[in-house]
Amino acid sequence: MFQIFDVLIIVAVALNFVALGVSRIRGVINAVALQGVLLGFFPLFIHSNLELRGFVLMAVAVILKGRFIPAFLLEAIREADIRHEVQPIVSFISSLLLGALGTALALVFSSTLPLTSEHTSLLLVPASFSTVWTGFLMLTTRRKAIMQVLGFLILENGILLFGLLLLEAMPFLVEAGVLLDLFTGVFVMGIIITSVASSPRSAPTTCRS
Amino acid sequence: MVYLLILFPLAMSTLAFGVKSNRVRPLLLPLGAAVQLALVMYVIFVLANDEDVTGLGGWLLLDPLGKVVLGFVSVLFFGCSLYAPGYLAYRVDRPNRVFCTNLFVSQAMMTLVTLSHHLGLMWVAMEAMTLITAPSIYFNHNARSLEATWKYLLIGSVGIALALLGSFFLAYSALKSGLESTLLFDQLVADAPLLSPPWLHAAFVLLFIGYGTKMGLAPMHAWKPDAYGEAPGIVGTLLAGGVTSCAFLAVLRVYQICSAGPEAQFSRQILIVMGLLSMAVAAVFMARQRDFKRMLAYSSIEHMGILVLGVGLGGMAVYGALLHLLCNGLTKGVLFLSAGNIHRAYNSKSTDQVRGALKRVPLSGGMFLLGYLVIAGAPPFGPFISEFTIASAAMSSGQYLAGGLYLLFLAIVFIGMGATVLAVVQGSPPADMPPTTFRDSLSTSGPILLFAALALTLGLYIPDPLQALLTDAAAQVDALDELEPRVAAATPAP
Repeated sequence: MFQIFDVLIIVAVALNFVALGVSRIRGVINAVALQGVLLGFFPLFIHSNLELRGFVLMAVAVILKGRFIPAFLLEAIREADIRHEVQPIVSFISSLLLGALGTALALVFSSTLPLTSEHTSLLLVPASFSTVWTGFLMLTTRRKAIMQVLGFLILENGILLFGLLLLEAMPFLVEAGVLLDLFTGVFVMGIIITSVASSPRSAPTTCRS
Repeated sequence: MVYLLILFPLAMSTLAFGVKSNRVRPLLLPLGAAVQLALVMYVIFVLANDEDVTGLGGWLLLDPLGKVVLGFVSVLFFGCSLYAPGYLAYRVDRPNRVFCTNLFVSQAMMTLVTLSHHLGLMWVAMEAMTLITAPSIYFNHNARSLEATWKYLLIGSVGIALALLGSFFLAYSALKSGLESTLLFDQLVADAPLLSPPWLHAAFVLLFIGYGTKMGLAPMHAWKPDAYGEAPGIVGTLLAGGVTSCAFLAVLRVYQICSAGPEAQFSRQILIVMGLLSMAVAAVFMARQRDFKRMLAYSSIEHMGILVLGVGLGGMAVYGALLHLLCNGLTKGVLFLSAGNIHRAYNSKSTDQVRGALKRVPLSGGMFLLGYLVIAGAPPFGPFISEFTIASAAMSSGQYLAGGLYLLFLAIVFIGMGATVLAVVQGSPPADMPPTTFRDSLSTSGPILLFAALALTLGLYIPDPLQALLTDAAAQVDALDELEPRVAAATPAP
């Protein structure tokens, strides 16, 4: 069971590199969506006695991150007539190298952390830090607003990966609230992106698509 | 009752969304705010004396600190709600359905933050508050307000995401120590001496960065000048007085946990350094600031710095910081609303065009000038008392360097801010400046006078119940420091 889980964590981390490396925005959206879906299923591997509400939350998270958010972002691209190229500030190769460096550092850093004995062998902690790093990388090295939204989603994925270690501390209400806030956040950001299309082009805006 | 405090503004938001008339809808704001203020005052000063105001199995609890912030936020919201109908009547060109609805939802979320004794729930409410206030910044629907909204939303969301990671670290510090992982505030305070120091250390840093971003402390303040500069005055007031106060409360909650544990000295030093840094940044950027609404953003950064500095200094400075929370918020009401009126009267917020405000809008211009003097610490207004209390506490506790820098930055800001304010209010309006239809009226100036009167009251006389509340709240934040020597004295030497 744990071997499968480790493989899935590696896939989730690999998706960080896909998000950093692909040149089309649609590809990044798909990578982030797939990562979100994978994360949605992770509680199954960590907590053997998941209750009904845990399954409900899992289903909601998977549908939200795998279906609604990507669909909404694709719609925003269409509405705002955004060109499909990512247009990074640093090149794709440099992004990938920085991503790899961050992942290596996350591995080294995690091995020095005072984790509880049952968590020391888990790949979850380095995967979490690596994903948070990727999120920041995306937020700071991509020109388009939609890419910053995707960076924010990756950052949240990284943080929620760490949160999987603490399912007891995160009751249903709070987890549901986090999901709702995430969805609302992406929703509001999406609306702003589509609003850019109808705003005066002459004025300076950092969120110009 | 505790649920009613949250549900009532939510019900009002639904009602506001349902009302079709653009003219009738804003009238719901003072109506709803007055009822909410009455409810809050009843709960704080009557109900809470007889019983614990609690809910959701201890997740919601109104403690002295929560009472101070909740009471203040309700007063601030009430004052703003009185201003809203007049302002929105002038801006009849803009639909206000989302605006009014969001104001009520933001009040509900602010209330939830003040009541939350579960750090996860508090985080959810804080993030919801960020999201719900964002569209209000975009009220003017132009490119600059769009950019401001984007910055506010993205920087705020990233900051608050870090606070979530910090919350997880906090829960993990309990887990690492063999305790049950929890985000219940009271449990964490009780367990604080046992929490794993490295995780607690990291948790404090992340939580401080996260909620410090919402407060707009330097260097996490990048969103603030844009958001305050572009938002309508009423939104600026609620951001500078309400949202930042809630974020400050979150910082205080985290500080309470850390100061009860092995990280007391570390967290204190961080608060002092970041407080002084915020004041320094404000002092530098406020000089020669031509956009007077952006100038208010830097003033807010400065005063957020004063708040955390006061807490870091400890002792009486904590009381001073809590008093300053109220005084600064009320004065920001005077400044932002009068700045908003001047902006409307000139259709500009740059000192290149805006001059002679005392002639064109005498009341708003006069109140803008008065607000500047009040926030700078002129007696006999409230900020004088609170700022003096913090300075006095710094000197009497032997923290001369921090106290000296604090006074130096206050002086620099006084000069820098004065240059902009005087440029706005003095002289004559430029002859080539096209006239606007906006003039001072009771509806748009009355609330400013109300805020000024309250700031003056706090300087002359603090009512006994409020004094007791502030003292209890300060003791809640700093009690553990006072307890330490007492506990040490009571413990027999080996």
